[in-house]
Amino acid sequence: MAASLSLLPNPLFTVSPKLSVPPSLSTTPHVLKFPTTYPTHLIKPLAAQVPRGTTSSVIASAAATPSITATTPSTTFHGLCYVVGDNIDTDQIIPAEYLTLVPSKPAEYEKLGSYALIGLPSTYTTRFVEPNETKTKYSIVIAGDNFGCGSSREHAPVALGAAGVSAVVAESYARIFFRNSVATGEVYPFESEVRICEECRTGDTVTIEIGESRLINHTTGKEYRLKPIGDAGPVIEAGGIFAYARKTGMIPSN
Amino acid sequence: MGSSTIAPTPASFILNKVKTGMTMTEKILARASEKSQLSPGENVWVNVDALMTHDVCGPGAIGIFKKEFGENAKLSPRFCKDSYSFGTKVWDREKIVIIPDHYIFTSDERANRNVDILRDFCMEQNIKYFYDIKDLSNFKANPDYKGVCHIALAQEGHCRPGEVLLGTDSHTCTAGAFGQFATGIGNTDAGFVLGAGKLLLKVPPTLRFVMDGEMPDYLLAKDLILQIIGEISVSGATYKSMEFVGTTIESLTMEERMTLCNMVIEAGAKNGVVPADGTTYKYLEEKTSVAYEPVYSDEHASFLAEYRFDVSKLEPLVAKPHSPDNRALARECKDVKIDRVYIGSCTGGKIEDFMAAAKVFLASGKKVKVPTFLVPATQKVWMDVYGLQVPGSGGKTCSQIFEEAECDTPASPSCGACLGGPKDTYARMNEPVASYPFLLLYLSKA
Repeated sequence: MAASLSLLPNPLFTVSPKLSVPPSLSTTPHVLKFPTTYPTHLIKPLAAQVPRGTTSSVIASAAATPSITATTPSTTFHGLCYVVGDNIDTDQIIPAEYLTLVPSKPAEYEKLGSYALIGLPSTYTTRFVEPNETKTKYSIVIAGDNFGCGSSREHAPVALGAAGVSAVVAESYARIFFRNSVATGEVYPFESEVRICEECRTGDTVTIEIGESRLINHTTGKEYRLKPIGDAGPVIEAGGIFAYARKTGMIPSN
Repeated sequence: MGSSTIAPTPASFILNKVKTGMTMTEKILARASEKSQLSPGENVWVNVDALMTHDVCGPGAIGIFKKEFGENAKLSPRFCKDSYSFGTKVWDREKIVIIPDHYIFTSDERANRNVDILRDFCMEQNIKYFYDIKDLSNFKANPDYKGVCHIALAQEGHCRPGEVLLGTDSHTCTAGAFGQFATGIGNTDAGFVLGAGKLLLKVPPTLRFVMDGEMPDYLLAKDLILQIIGEISVSGATYKSMEFVGTTIESLTMEERMTLCNMVIEAGAKNGVVPADGTTYKYLEEKTSVAYEPVYSDEHASFLAEYRFDVSKLEPLVAKPHSPDNRALARECKDVKIDRVYIGSCTGGKIEDFMAAAKVFLASGKKVKVPTFLVPATQKVWMDVYGLQVPGSGGKTCSQIFEEAECDTPASPSCGACLGGPKDTYARMNEPVASYPFLLLYLSKA
């Protein structure tokens, strides 16, 4: 997830108030004062170095601490979106033949990313990851109902995250996929209130404002409300299941 | 070994004082989280009785366990039995069951390496239950090897009423047939359980399915679950528990109950449960000596919805491409050209499934018209396919009947081609045979 950059000790780090979104197509959350000159497909370089499950802690905690600035600080995901339909199953997200790749091994983690959504039928004429590429140019996936149904393979959210996806906005999720997304911190799983998969098209530029639960499609000019994260919130805010367990004293801290 | 016992526990005393009615799933989770009462929607830390993993997800879970709990972490006595041990130890070496089954009989190096990773971990941690395989050329040369994890769990007595079983596989829900809470989790959650022996779970509401009526001899549990999935859709039970009761359910064998619970995930369910009864206890008799205590839904428990079926009125079904809820009557599909048949998997590769298939071949007396692949789920199933006599056949075994019908020879037990796997997997389709390749996964009767 792009948020992993935020965990490096960074003396320049500040929580910024609502920013107007530059058309740079950067997928870094605009919490950081990083120059936004990175090519989109290179964002997400540090997932292997950052302790797993701790990626979203800064984003969520920034959203949850209104005392820092007068206005609610917003944190965002921004980039091109890739639109899929209903019942996208884990075989489409990462076909079974690639499951010999072990996500906890960095080189194999990267390879998984290159195969993300390679199982989609040929009716999807735009490839998610171009042949011979390892990253996608679409950092946000917009989907219909029951996204991630099928298998429990954690390789599914991992492949999306490794490819460069920072967030998924689906009408609804299959249970295990949602859980795996929260546990790994690989993709931030948002739920939409309406079927935005019918109103957005692959290649549209979108911004998700987490604090305001809002998605803006810059290409169409429309905005959509997103549902609050619900019970997964505390786990995401803590930074994944391990961080949450340490925070609440269920397992010893390192 | 010896007869399994049903021992009263302090928890049963607590359960008797419950004020509001709870469903079976709620009760199991209440006991496992040491609470006297809970309701759907609550998030609770649940003690895990058994954790299962296999060759696809095990290496990843192990990697996370090692990274998160640290190579040199000293875990507090609360989390490991030996309070003087240093280094990363699993929470309980007897509660972890590691079952290579997915990509076994292949020359794929990474797949073979993944089984090696499991072995190294089991040796390091002295894991009690590791169903290892080393000689890939002859499955019978591996006395510990079982095959398909969900069937192995049942056959080896790891599924017990009232317990919590988690597995790194979506079809872990199969074990709900034993009246326990069983569900699939990912590598990260499994890595957590390996170290902590607990997991944060949200209590699901329950959908109740009341199935009554005498089961006709042309129906199997697979038809029942396809009926249900077709009714509620592949997301109809998302985040919910599916409870199966009724006279038909009570008449089902354990393997049939396993088929039923196996496919609750295809409806999006969190778990499925069948109340334990005499059939369950009998099945478990020679398989486990661990004491267990079944739980049952209270009379006034709240269910989200109740569906009733008169099973005597149902007909054999198929799920057409490309979704498990694309239900159709088998007789409506009698003119669909079939390219190949595959009988196997955790859903349809148990001995009763092969028996049912053998009876159909016997009744027909004909030879198969298309390539027909048979993959027994476990070593035991394979032995029974060759060893047990099919009733009404005049003493023939399943294997003999299959041979006469010119099916392919029953293959080495594993998941096989069910989920594809490496390209050299037995019976795997690497190229489409026709524009709509029609693959019958488990032969259903016409």
